[in-house]
Amino acid sequence: MLVSLEWIKDYTDINVNTTEFCDRMVMSGSNLETCTEFCSGIVGVVVGKIEKIEKHPEADKLVICQLNVGKDDLVQIVTGADNIFEGAIVPVALQNSRIPGPLHGAPKSEGGVKITKGKLRGVVSNGMLCSAGELGLDDKVVPIAHRDGIWIIEEEVKLGEDITTALGLNDSIIDFEITPNRPDCLSMIGMAREAAATFNTKLNYPKNDCKESDEKTQDYLEVEVKSDLCLRYSARVIKDVKIKQSPWWLQKRLIKAGMRPINNIVDITNFVMMEYGQPLHAFDIRGIEGNKIVVDVAKKGEKFTTLDEVERNLSENILMIYDAKKAVAIAGIMGGLDSGIMNDTTTVVIESATFNKDGIRKASKELAHRTEASGRYEKGIDPNLCEEAADRVCHLVELTESGTVLKGSVDVYPNKYVSAPVEVRVDRVNKVLGIEVERKFMTDVFESLEMKVSGDGNIMTVTPPTIRQDLIIEEDFIEEVARMYGYENLPTTLPKSNTVSGESEHRKLRNIAREALCSMGFNEIQTYSFVSPRGIDKINIDEDSWERAFVELINPLGDENSVMRTILTPNMMEVLSRNYSRKIGKVSAFEIGNTFIKNFIDPNGLPDENYSICLGMYGDDVDFFSLKGATKELLSLLGIEKLSFISEKEYGVYHPGRCARIVAHTKDEDVEIGIMGEIHPDVMENYGIGQRVYVCELMFETINEISDREIVFSQLPKYPSTSRDIALLVEENLEVAKIEETIREASTEILESLKMFDIYKGKQVADGKKSVAYSLTYRHKDKTLTDADVDKVHENILKALESKLNATLRDM
Amino acid sequence: MQEKLEKILSEAKEQLGKATQLSETEEIRVKFLGKKGELTSILRSMGKLEPDERKKLGLAANNARNEIEAMLEEKKDTVKGKAKELKLKAETIDVTEPGKELKLGSKHPITVTIEEMTNIFESMGFSVTEGPEVETVFYNFDALNAAPNHPARDMTDTFYINKDVILRTQTSPVQARTLEKEKPPIMILAPGRCFRCDTPDATHSPMFHQIEGMVVDEGITMGDLRGVLDRFAKEMFGSEVKTKFRPHHFPFTEPSAEMDVSCFKCGGKGCRVCKGSGWIEVLGCGMIHPNVLKIGGIDTEKYTGFAFGIGVERIAMLKYGIDDIRLMYENDMRFIDQFK
Repeated sequence: MLVSLEWIKDYTDINVNTTEFCDRMVMSGSNLETCTEFCSGIVGVVVGKIEKIEKHPEADKLVICQLNVGKDDLVQIVTGADNIFEGAIVPVALQNSRIPGPLHGAPKSEGGVKITKGKLRGVVSNGMLCSAGELGLDDKVVPIAHRDGIWIIEEEVKLGEDITTALGLNDSIIDFEITPNRPDCLSMIGMAREAAATFNTKLNYPKNDCKESDEKTQDYLEVEVKSDLCLRYSARVIKDVKIKQSPWWLQKRLIKAGMRPINNIVDITNFVMMEYGQPLHAFDIRGIEGNKIVVDVAKKGEKFTTLDEVERNLSENILMIYDAKKAVAIAGIMGGLDSGIMNDTTTVVIESATFNKDGIRKASKELAHRTEASGRYEKGIDPNLCEEAADRVCHLVELTESGTVLKGSVDVYPNKYVSAPVEVRVDRVNKVLGIEVERKFMTDVFESLEMKVSGDGNIMTVTPPTIRQDLIIEEDFIEEVARMYGYENLPTTLPKSNTVSGESEHRKLRNIAREALCSMGFNEIQTYSFVSPRGIDKINIDEDSWERAFVELINPLGDENSVMRTILTPNMMEVLSRNYSRKIGKVSAFEIGNTFIKNFIDPNGLPDENYSICLGMYGDDVDFFSLKGATKELLSLLGIEKLSFISEKEYGVYHPGRCARIVAHTKDEDVEIGIMGEIHPDVMENYGIGQRVYVCELMFETINEISDREIVFSQLPKYPSTSRDIALLVEENLEVAKIEETIREASTEILESLKMFDIYKGKQVADGKKSVAYSLTYRHKDKTLTDADVDKVHENILKALESKLNATLRDM
Repeated sequence: MQEKLEKILSEAKEQLGKATQLSETEEIRVKFLGKKGELTSILRSMGKLEPDERKKLGLAANNARNEIEAMLEEKKDTVKGKAKELKLKAETIDVTEPGKELKLGSKHPITVTIEEMTNIFESMGFSVTEGPEVETVFYNFDALNAAPNHPARDMTDTFYINKDVILRTQTSPVQARTLEKEKPPIMILAPGRCFRCDTPDATHSPMFHQIEGMVVDEGITMGDLRGVLDRFAKEMFGSEVKTKFRPHHFPFTEPSAEMDVSCFKCGGKGCRVCKGSGWIEVLGCGMIHPNVLKIGGIDTEKYTGFAFGIGVERIAMLKYGIDDIRLMYENDMRFIDQFK
């Protein structure tokens, strides 16, 4: 909210500069957005009177003005403005003056514009006449009358006086962020109340007395409230209204608050709304048939045209203001087209009402229309403000000679709002804040914020003013003490709690995986948890596969992020594809992240959330076995040693001849923990990648369940080992896993290790065959093996290989 | 004979002097000392001599043999040394050639930042815990004292799965879940993903990370809140940074505050990073609202607590000078590579 420091000073005796004002207000709880100087950058602009206007001899669109700027000599200025006249009082930027700008029709330039003397089409011009915009006013707040052309000043001002002094343009405009619990601060008096408490000074309320005529409001207007969505409806009537421009002092305040002055009646209602935070509405009584106001909810299907000329569809959620026959306004949101203030309006009804905040919120949402008034009502307004605010309007009407105020008001206020007293304990306040302050300090804080305090000793019974509807429980009052005590004055201590830090095994294992993968050269990626459902199509997942059991968002930002990811592979492919298209030659990447599967048991319950690990790589020196090696090492670090890679030909994501399901062998069972392979050429095409890509996706939850990371030391061998190398000639399509299985089955415990060191196809190997070479290491743990010991086992192995796999020994 | 011996000796000396290869020295050895060598034949021929003569000549021949052997050994060493020298010279490499690539991977900057923060809080006794990304309205809003009509509940702000299930908008639901499960003393830290209906731009992302912290115990004060977060700030941003706590409002804390740190780029003088103010807003915090504690079954007379929430992306961006949040989720390797 924009706050003019000058305006705040009307209600408080604060004598500090802007910086100190802002700093201390921030520390007492008013958060600062920005602080700017109003119309800053005006230097050497004075008030002048146009004495004479002559045509420019050379240009039809220019005129030559002679200006009286309070000196003996007139100043000659050439201008193209067409709203000026002889006798007009205008801002004159003299030779070597500065204005904030921007110049008419030009873009805003940092640091403003310097005005120098020059010649326009051969005629000397010693300066410039200024528009409001050129003096730094935002176009959206410039009064309509001044919007096009030179600013014509209607106030009594001294010729030659500096314009900033003459019009009171020196001011600081502070934009405070008002938190939703403090709607009372959305007003000048509210901010002045905070300032008074912060600077320990008094709050002076504005005058709202008025003389009134003998005629009674009741004779002009009757009000009936039919819905409890209206908490209070009060109205006053003003007659003999003369619609005109507001005085400059009033316009100026609205401009500084970011509002455009319109006419005296509208301006006064806006002014009082800014002062008190109470929205007010002015009706022309000619628009109110039967001199009667009825407040009631609309009927479904009813339509109404608001003063912005939009026809709106109503419902029973929307509270309306009716006259004897028809709707005249949407309560708390916007008036109707036919009852607004016109230039010939003579009798005005001032509505000062309170509506239920949730009702306004609902209505405003339903109509998809928010206004300054509805925004305020939504946040909650003290119904007790209605009367004061309406009286203040009447006071200003009299002060500005805008009309005659009728006697009294019509006021329907069935349930007077009072605030409940709350017990606040002195020791509790100190205990929560960690301080030791006296009761007196606390009660002073409460009283400075217009609360009433009773009780004695440890108990303070505090009744907040009705504007402070946020003060409900003891802690709310503790905060009031804290912010006035100053958060910066609280002690800095550490909790004495006796806790031991730790983390779950699950998280620990994820950290191990991350460290392991980074040390193997993989970069970690993080991708969105919500994805496009089309990602699953792009990686060729079957129609009825579980990967399509999406958790769907009702209100996604777009199709791109409309379902929760079920696996990580599509995101990995996106990332690899993005890097590929950016000409990054080699990528090894991984993601450890949550995946989500629809809850089939309880559709309204939470979905299954499971972590996955996804690895992806491409590059000239990368193949299936690079990824397999990394995966094996990763799983080993995660406590899974015994693994099988089982050929898988049916999963559409991968090349049918280059894909394996990964199965872990635990003591009790074989568990599938993931899948890996070379991405299918069709999928590669979908992602526009022209290089072979290898991906592995592991089910982390299963890994976590079966992980066994216990390290049991085994003795180093005491006796020597014997190695035998063999080369086997086998069928080309025989999986080497079969050979290893056969060797292990046929051996005894003296076979210590088995390592494949060569696979060869080609010369010297018959077509359809391959040669596979192994090194077998034998060792006995309790003795040195003799050749005979080894031969017995080794022969057995060779026999088994021959009989089971038709493998023959090849000379090495 | 004596002359013959001397001749042999000088010949051997001369020939050894010329030898440059081990094979040559071996040839020389064979020629003079071998079974059919010149010296050997002299020794063999001594049998015909008188004992006196034989004794004298034997001594001389043995001396000559020893001398030749010594010369041979010396020569062999020299030749070996030369050969080694040559070999080493031939093996000289250009040490300025590039090394073979052995690249470690990098963690994502979000991970790096979370790890750095969790380490600091763990050293103060906090334990890391986590909650689901898809969360109930109850834990995300109701249990955190958010009014039934709180604007954050709107479909314009929060992603809904159904009327009771949403993508969590904050990590704070972990507070509610923990209070329900555990008894004080509680000191937890909950990092994780959050989601809000923000259209992506340089400073907004519909998915982002937060770290939630919560302490509940007897005698926890707002001074403790200041102390813990002040220490965090100093460890995270440097011991010279100052902290500023400003009153603020959150539904789940009362009193509430926001913490600023003095700008760690300019030291508080005012720069582009702190937008000239000298201060950077880093987190929201406060004393846990009694309604939140009560829903979690905590006796609010006995126990008090504080909680805080830190935006991870914001901290990472400030710390590393990243100017566009979208870079975090593009995962360009040239971006990730920078966070070693």
